Amino acid sequence: MLKDITLGQYYPGESILHKSDPRTKIILVIAYMVVIFLVDTFTGYIISILFTLLSAVVSDIPLKYVFKGLKPIIFIALFVMVLNILTIKGTPLLEYGIIHISYEGVETAVKMIIRLMLLVLAASLLTLTTTPILLTDGIEKLMAPLRIIKVPVHEIAMMMTIALRFIPTLLEETEKIMKAQASRGADFDTGNLVQRAKSFVPVLIPLFLSAFRRADELASAMESRCYRGGEGRTRMKQLKLGRYDVVISLAMVMYISIIIILEFF
Amino acid sequence: MSIELENLTHIYMKGTPFEKKALDNITLRISDGEFVGIIGHTGSGKSTLVQHFNGLLKPTSGKVTVNGIDVTRGDLKELRKHVGIVFQYPEHQLFEETVYKDIAFGMVKMGFDDDRIKRNINWALNLVGLDEDILEKSPFELSGGQKRRVAIAGVLVMEPNILILDEPTAGLDPQGKNEIYGYIQNLHRQTGNTVIIISHNMEDIAKIAHRVIVMNEGRIELDGSVATVFREADRLESIGLTIPQISVFIRKLKKIVPDIREDIFTIEDAKNELFKILKRR
Repeated sequence: MLKDITLGQYYPGESILHKSDPRTKIILVIAYMVVIFLVDTFTGYIISILFTLLSAVVSDIPLKYVFKGLKPIIFIALFVMVLNILTIKGTPLLEYGIIHISYEGVETAVKMIIRLMLLVLAASLLTLTTTPILLTDGIEKLMAPLRIIKVPVHEIAMMMTIALRFIPTLLEETEKIMKAQASRGADFDTGNLVQRAKSFVPVLIPLFLSAFRRADELASAMESRCYRGGEGRTRMKQLKLGRYDVVISLAMVMYISIIIILEFF
Repeated sequence: MSIELENLTHIYMKGTPFEKKALDNITLRISDGEFVGIIGHTGSGKSTLVQHFNGLLKPTSGKVTVNGIDVTRGDLKELRKHVGIVFQYPEHQLFEETVYKDIAFGMVKMGFDDDRIKRNINWALNLVGLDEDILEKSPFELSGGQKRRVAIAGVLVMEPNILILDEPTAGLDPQGKNEIYGYIQNLHRQTGNTVIIISHNMEDIAKIAHRVIVMNEGRIELDGSVATVFREADRLESIGLTIPQISVFIRKLKKIVPDIREDIFTIEDAKNELFKILKRR
């Protein structure tokens, strides 16, 4: 049931990508995403695909699992493809009534889709190899300079951490309540849309109640341990840069250099 | 009419790195009218086991038949009329505006007529010792113990002939606990239904159950009458469970007073036995 959803998506492992610092990974993924938009030549695409696949292999996660991340974007990808094919004018490839399919249209569509897929793959590699807690830690550290302009960085990171932390708990809770109501005869799978939406009332009310109760308890627990913000707070897990970070950064620098040479010279 | 499990295995999240075998090749038969206690550690598979009895979970392999209905293929709605499950902390499932509506929820879903609904609600309220004047209150303004009873009543009114309770007394004080067990025993006496109680409290199980099933790491470790199961004190200890304290006491006492009966598992029994022995002397 709900438990089978791999949310947060972390896939435990011991690879270079798992062991490197979340900050490095976040920066590299952002750099990669920018560079992907510079790629325009056929060779550039081949290299990008190979580089991404290589990263996936290095991560030691079953490829089937990595590609699962592409599922939600199938519709967007199809939409983008159809839109591009139908709207971009150029050398005609096929003409039928009002439909003009041009050579350029198909080319742009294919490029867009590859780009989109590579972006999603890179992002899912990041979340697959980093625990949610480390991820927010990394984001907090990276955003630290923003404190100068009075952005409550620690609070934002804390909120993200708590939200991520409670996703599995709430899923578990939902499942429990659904089971309890199903045992009493509630039916979540049949009926029209309105009936189905209504059938979730017996789940949502207890769920909201328990979410508020948990929030309340958590707040009291934090307060009773004198929790207050990030000022002077040390961490249980110190983020440290190591040789793995050097390795993956070098790989990324090499990739970026190749792309830049290829595209601009 | 009974619960029959054949080589039941259940694996959570099969095919992912989080795969976990919760039940391992379980074959079991529970006949009509039995009063069964299931004990075991957290994570031993107790809850997973009973959730197969009304089709909330489907076997990964093996077969589950309850009252002649195959859980994998049968009519689940029909099945859930027969099998009522009271989950842990059942008060967390309350949601309606009034206690009346909440208790009636299941019956309305099952299509009971108004007369029957009213009759059952009165009967169940009486059984769990609640007054009629709470019916129009919101379930959220009740005390913890009252909420628990309302939630249990919401399952009882469906007239299940198999009643399953998962830790029904968790978080209650000793008096509340005894009361809840009292209601369940009354119900069992009145209707002769099958009752299955999950607990990790040996004392409770010894007091109320007739048959005890001990689960350990997804398998059935022991299965038999209270006396036969608790006689295996060493085996229970080896899986981290203990026999009731009073039984430990009696076993030690037997070294000094050899003619004492050994199959004593409740304080009540111990008292009677000790009086008997004292009178004889």
